[in-house]
Amino acid sequence: WQWLLVTMLSVCVHFPGLTESVIAAACSRVGQSVLHLDRRNYYAGNWASFTFNGLLSWIEEYKQKVQITESEQVWRSLIDEGEDVVPLSSVDSSISNLEVFCYARLALILLTTNTNEEHEVSEPEEEQHTSDISEPSQSQEEKDSQPISSPADPPVEVEKKITYQKLVKEGRRFNIDLVSKLMYSRGALVDLLIKSNVSRYAEFKNIGHILTCRNGKVEQVPCSRADVFASKQLTVVEKRMLMKFLTFCLDFEQHPEEYQDYTEKPFREFLKNKKLTENLQDFVLHSIAMVTQQTLTEEGLKATQHFLRCLGRYGNTPFLFPLYGLGEIPQCFCRMCAVFGGIYCLRHSVQCLVVDKASNKVKAVIDTRGQKISCSHFVVEDSYIRDEQRQSTAYRQISRAVLITDRSVLPSESDQQISLVTIPPLESSAPAVRMVELCSSSMTCMPGTYLVHLTCSSSGTAQEDLAPVVSELFHVSTIPGEEPSEVLWVMYFNMRDTSALDSSSYSLPSNVHVCTGPDGSLGSDCSIKLAESVFHHILPDEEFCPPAPNPEDIIYDGDGPQAEGPGFDESVNTEAEEEGAAHEKNPSTEPAEMDSVADTTPSSEE
Amino acid sequence: MHGRVKVKSTAQQEEEKRKEREKKLKAFVSARDAVLRKRSAGEHDEEALQLTQQLLSSNPDFATLWNYRREVLLQLETSREKDEVQKLYESELHFIEACLKVNPKSYGCWHHRSWVNTRLPQPDWTRELGLCDRCLSLDERNFHCWDYRRVVVKESGVSVEQELQFTDRLIGSNFSNYSSWHYRSTLLPQLHPQPAPDSASNTSPSPTASPQIHSHRVCEEQLLKEYELAHNAFFTDPNDQSAWFYYRWLLGRAEREEMISCVYVSRERERVSVAFSKPVHAQSEGLMLVLDGQPQQVEWRSTHPRLRHSPVWLCDLPPGSVSDISNEHNLTVHWTEKYTHRDCALYTGCAESWCRDSATDQELFRSELSVEKSSVLQAELQSCNQLLELEPQNKWCLLTIILLMRALDPLGHEKETLAHFQTLKEVDPMRSSYYSDLCSKFLIENTILKMEYAEVRVFSLSNKNLTTLCHLDQLLLVTHINLSSNQLLRLPPQFAMLQCLEVLEADDNAIESLEGLYHLPKLEEVSLRNNQICKLSDLESLASCTKLTRLDLRGNPVHKTANIDSELSQLLPLVTALSL
Repeated sequence: WQWLLVTMLSVCVHFPGLTESVIAAACSRVGQSVLHLDRRNYYAGNWASFTFNGLLSWIEEYKQKVQITESEQVWRSLIDEGEDVVPLSSVDSSISNLEVFCYARLALILLTTNTNEEHEVSEPEEEQHTSDISEPSQSQEEKDSQPISSPADPPVEVEKKITYQKLVKEGRRFNIDLVSKLMYSRGALVDLLIKSNVSRYAEFKNIGHILTCRNGKVEQVPCSRADVFASKQLTVVEKRMLMKFLTFCLDFEQHPEEYQDYTEKPFREFLKNKKLTENLQDFVLHSIAMVTQQTLTEEGLKATQHFLRCLGRYGNTPFLFPLYGLGEIPQCFCRMCAVFGGIYCLRHSVQCLVVDKASNKVKAVIDTRGQKISCSHFVVEDSYIRDEQRQSTAYRQISRAVLITDRSVLPSESDQQISLVTIPPLESSAPAVRMVELCSSSMTCMPGTYLVHLTCSSSGTAQEDLAPVVSELFHVSTIPGEEPSEVLWVMYFNMRDTSALDSSSYSLPSNVHVCTGPDGSLGSDCSIKLAESVFHHILPDEEFCPPAPNPEDIIYDGDGPQAEGPGFDESVNTEAEEEGAAHEKNPSTEPAEMDSVADTTPSSEE
Repeated sequence: MHGRVKVKSTAQQEEEKRKEREKKLKAFVSARDAVLRKRSAGEHDEEALQLTQQLLSSNPDFATLWNYRREVLLQLETSREKDEVQKLYESELHFIEACLKVNPKSYGCWHHRSWVNTRLPQPDWTRELGLCDRCLSLDERNFHCWDYRRVVVKESGVSVEQELQFTDRLIGSNFSNYSSWHYRSTLLPQLHPQPAPDSASNTSPSPTASPQIHSHRVCEEQLLKEYELAHNAFFTDPNDQSAWFYYRWLLGRAEREEMISCVYVSRERERVSVAFSKPVHAQSEGLMLVLDGQPQQVEWRSTHPRLRHSPVWLCDLPPGSVSDISNEHNLTVHWTEKYTHRDCALYTGCAESWCRDSATDQELFRSELSVEKSSVLQAELQSCNQLLELEPQNKWCLLTIILLMRALDPLGHEKETLAHFQTLKEVDPMRSSYYSDLCSKFLIENTILKMEYAEVRVFSLSNKNLTTLCHLDQLLLVTHINLSSNQLLRLPPQFAMLQCLEVLEADDNAIESLEGLYHLPKLEEVSLRNNQICKLSDLESLASCTKLTRLDLRGNPVHKTANIDSELSQLLPLVTALSL
């Protein structure tokens, strides 16, 4: 830890969520020295992706919640004259109401009910695992649901099902995000990934289906021109009305006369006024604009416009999803930060901030090992802030459910599609639920399964909010002898949504920058905008994430351009030479159309 | 600043790139020269393949190199076993694929690929179809690929059903793709042909039947499905023309039957005029004139020297053959190539006679759209009207409605049609002249219909904003024509088809050219007040109208010409009543 003592840090980032990672990368990119600390042993905090086994340990950790006793003495001695101390919270209370249910059969039961000898032989490993079965049984409910074992079950049916042991065994194939978001293809995040060249660190898949659930039936939302054309549910007049409305939304600012009478009224009323049928109103409100009944017209129009502008950039839907899960994104920024010299320490936390009394600015932090690290700025996630430093605690909650299922909600010709399903509220007061179903080719779940994320803003606990939707959309069998469940495993939890807070919500020194946690919306614009504003606060004169240079353009010490010339020339291979020469001779042949598609930076996979 | 990554400046990068470019150019030029030397030395070896491959992979549009490559391959082929030939050409296909990635629209590449497939002992058509699919998914309008795909489909015998599904898929992903719609229009008549009208029983649809033999029509049941598909497209995006064009094709009807529509004989002129259903070149069509059972040696000429193909042809009968008014004569014109003929009897005491099909009988002017089932058309008109309510400014919809109305009842819908034309000109001013011409055409058609219902030979169409004249072959028998107060610029050569015309009124137009007033044997009176006739030479054609005695040229710039009176009397000595 020698370097810590000699380095004067510019920025110290604590708890790297998406916002923090972006700030760290941006600072590091323009030459600031950045230290990144996290008390956890994984990256990205609530933005993290877990393997199935990793998630089980995370659940375990949540259940235990060890209170760390603070040893004030360790840091007391490090405080000098004229310095004050702001302690940080050591307990993360952003997750609550965690419940887990397992519907996947256990191998032991399977073996006893299964008369097929061969099967027994083929999965001997599972037998050994049965001793660990008690591990995930967290709640009373789950124990109730466990005895789904029944001799009455037809063995053939049982054979096909994925067992709990199989999930654990293949657990590494899962990348389960705590946050469920998609990337708007013209959203702030995608723009930033392209601009900063960070996109080179990740791969993306586009979302194949935009679905909705009406009257218990899952159906496709016609949102692009091709969808509207192909839709079987809409009459031709509805098609025209919908297209007309969507075309208007694309540049609604140009036609204020169309909506100015409705600026103070809900978007829904405006839709009615536009003579859209009930059907179409639902589609636009819940699945395209994705706003509530109360949302005002202008906001609804903006949301619709954003959705539409994102269409067609990377396919027929407006969304991308990063392969291996959303947790990849903070990691990509961490990587860029590291490339430009940022330093990372996991399982290493800050106990308190050292504030210079005279200037009321943080001048150093003291870590859990009792080291004092100087820094000029401190970036921290909201959950580390103690209540004493808060002016307001007005935060909301997000209800989340994570399901592992064995079939898609909308079976289609291709089973490797990511689907977004918007589920309008059952009662008008309840929040709309958003569901993202990930297929195994998104590298977030094992083959033969789907990873389903449900999200809504909370009105009760996650289970209260989301269990009705789960039972409406999936077969969840609790009664022995019933048709086997589609759902293999469910987890409910609430996550704190602090996105409504801003700097006025805290009484902290001006060079402490608090980042809010993930918000409940589908995109990540909120986090990216926050990162940009914090960055400009720290470094008002610097560019935010300029494109990273290509490796060949970087000049290393003593490697002047003159010295480089001759050596480079000799090493060029002849075939590559000719290729380029021909391009020069025939400029018309150069922009091949096949390539121009791949030109747009984030590579989207079909 | 400290700790910052140093990056090469743009000037440094530029300089590096420039040097690189120079080197590459040098290498390319030397390789090219080497290849061309080898070719002129007649060397056909592996090295030639390698060299051309290097050059073509960076510049696939170098046609000479492809030619050389084919020469080399043909040479190598002779000295190899069948297996090796297969391998040779397969690697060639692989190479072409790489070239297509450099330029997917290279003529040379696609042509060479077709050629390689003809040389390949065992061509793999499935792979070729896959290649086309990939290319079309990147650029659905790459016509090189469409062309190549047609070859592949033909060679590999992909069924028409599969191809129709292929168009379903392409149209589904983007219906603004006329290539797919058009392809569909070639497939449907093969898969769902219209039952032949005579023997409806034995024409079960045979998907593999050659399209050339059958008509280009589609059976009613399938048509209804296609109408629906087109509706979905133009209700979704009424400004996209692909679907509208396809829709027009669906509504369209086969071409008119080729026939002789009228034979006219004048006793005084000893002349026969024959009108055909379409412009023909009479000298090469095998026409034969039989007068009272005797084949006649006659010389056919068109009504105007500028019309090489014309719907109206004339011939003079031998002198004296019909001049005696007390004789009855029977004429037959045979069109031997089309196995058709028309008779005409010239009765005693008649100065002229004709035999014709009336335009009303033939429903001549509905030929733009089908009249097979007016109920279907009526339903289509309703759909379009529904769309027009939502999109009152949509030109495609307006135009289609006009066409449907004309197919259903041209006279009954005349008023609405004119109103729609007015809207069209307003919403699409760029094409207002086109709409004016089209409107003129429809007005002329309507006037012809009215004239025929009234059974008169007077054609009056004044003050209707006519901008052009058409269907003049239908006016062969007209004696009086009034075209005053329109916007006509000329009397075109086709005007000479009005062989019976006696009186022409065309006041208050903007006529500059009188080309069509040419050898009109009965024309006596011409009124061209307030037009744009400027030069004396514009009036020269009038000299060929030997019966012209009255000419009104008031209000034309030509009167400013020096010595106009004397010049005119010299040019037109027969004109007795001249107004200037």
